[in-house]
Amino acid sequence: MTSPVSRGFHRLSRPAGAEGGKLPPGQHVTTDFPVLSAGPTPHTPLHEWTFSIRQGGQTLRSWTWPEVQDLPAETVTVDIHCVTRWSKLGTQWRGVPVRALLDQVEHDAQYVLAFSDGGYTTNLPVKDVSGGQAWLAFDYDGQPLAPEHGGPARLLVPHLYFWKSAKWVRGLELLDHDQPGFWENYGYNNYGDPWREQRYAGD
Amino acid sequence: MAGTAVRGRLSWQVATVAAVIEETDSVRTIALDLPDWPGHRAGQHLDIRLTAEDGYSAERSYSIASADGEPVNITVERLEDGEVSPYLTQELRPGDQMEVRGPIGNWFTWGPHDGGPLLLIAGGSGVVPLRAILRHRQRSRSSVPVRLLYSSRSLADVIYREELDQYGRSAEVNYTLTRSQPPDWGGFSGRVDDAMLARVAWPASQRPLAFICGPTPFVEAVAELLVARHYLSGRVKTERFGGA
Repeated sequence: MTSPVSRGFHRLSRPAGAEGGKLPPGQHVTTDFPVLSAGPTPHTPLHEWTFSIRQGGQTLRSWTWPEVQDLPAETVTVDIHCVTRWSKLGTQWRGVPVRALLDQVEHDAQYVLAFSDGGYTTNLPVKDVSGGQAWLAFDYDGQPLAPEHGGPARLLVPHLYFWKSAKWVRGLELLDHDQPGFWENYGYNNYGDPWREQRYAGD
Repeated sequence: MAGTAVRGRLSWQVATVAAVIEETDSVRTIALDLPDWPGHRAGQHLDIRLTAEDGYSAERSYSIASADGEPVNITVERLEDGEVSPYLTQELRPGDQMEVRGPIGNWFTWGPHDGGPLLLIAGGSGVVPLRAILRHRQRSRSSVPVRLLYSSRSLADVIYREELDQYGRSAEVNYTLTRSQPPDWGGFSGRVDDAMLARVAWPASQRPLAFICGPTPFVEAVAELLVARHYLSGRVKTERFGGA
């Protein structure tokens, strides 16, 4: 279908941005850091916080906050893309690669369901979190991650729409089958590749 | 608690502007003629795509302002440095076309079967999806008790004021004006705080269902206050704005 022209609509003249080639289709750059979540922000004290890898109702491995801090962390600069159409370029994070956590358990799972304080979940193929492109992130822009942005720790999976980067994450459930998480059950795409504009179910 | 799965792909369709209604100096409601609209539920949103003559296009999401079964309306607030909202609020006129797809989002929605009592808390143009919920409640003759607390800068910035004031006793509408109040103002003043919620919010013992929509700091603050008042996290639904 050819898109009809919206009479009188023009691109705003704007300085040549550094965004060339970095923006997936349908996205626009924001310099804010908008917040998107379905409910109140949870506040779990660090002394109660753990990150667990579970399978079939059993906890295979669990880390306390100090134990996570002792793991080798990486500082990464990545572009993030929210399904609500904003993208934020060149964001800096510090966190532990998810691969480093998964490597400490024996498993042959194909999928994970990330689970968070507040009941949020999101599903990801194991290959998307084990290939050096996913982190358990706890610093943003050199500072501890703020609660409204998912602190103390969130997933960072920047190659997928940002709802896959679960805020307030507390662990991963290993699965041999794919199981839709929260937004995936409410009409959003199961995989969420921004470059293929997989926003909603069926995209 | 699986939501309603969206069947198939949401395709873009051509919408024609049926009417524009100026709500305030910076806010406009746009009625869309959408021949293939599959229907929506109160609280959902849609995507629009504008295409310029040179082929440049821009997409944005907007909350649907109308109730289930009503023609699709969106209400848009002008952001001065925005690319799309100044066009929609100043240039657009009846007969113009754009593309639309939706409806989207099955979480921040309400229907009579979801029950209540309902507490709707709006900051600025965050009132839009809550207005759809109020209208749907009214049109479906639901007896679920509802209270709206609507925070606005001034009385002149209140969107849908005439309509909201018509509810009378069937829906309890409370305003708080944060920047300026008329001399004879009988409503609340200032930001939503715990003292205000002590008067407006249903007691947690009634298991209220809360919907909060507005700018992020507003939503964060109000959600925290409700949780501190022992509202169940899972019954406090939030939707936030951000970006331009």
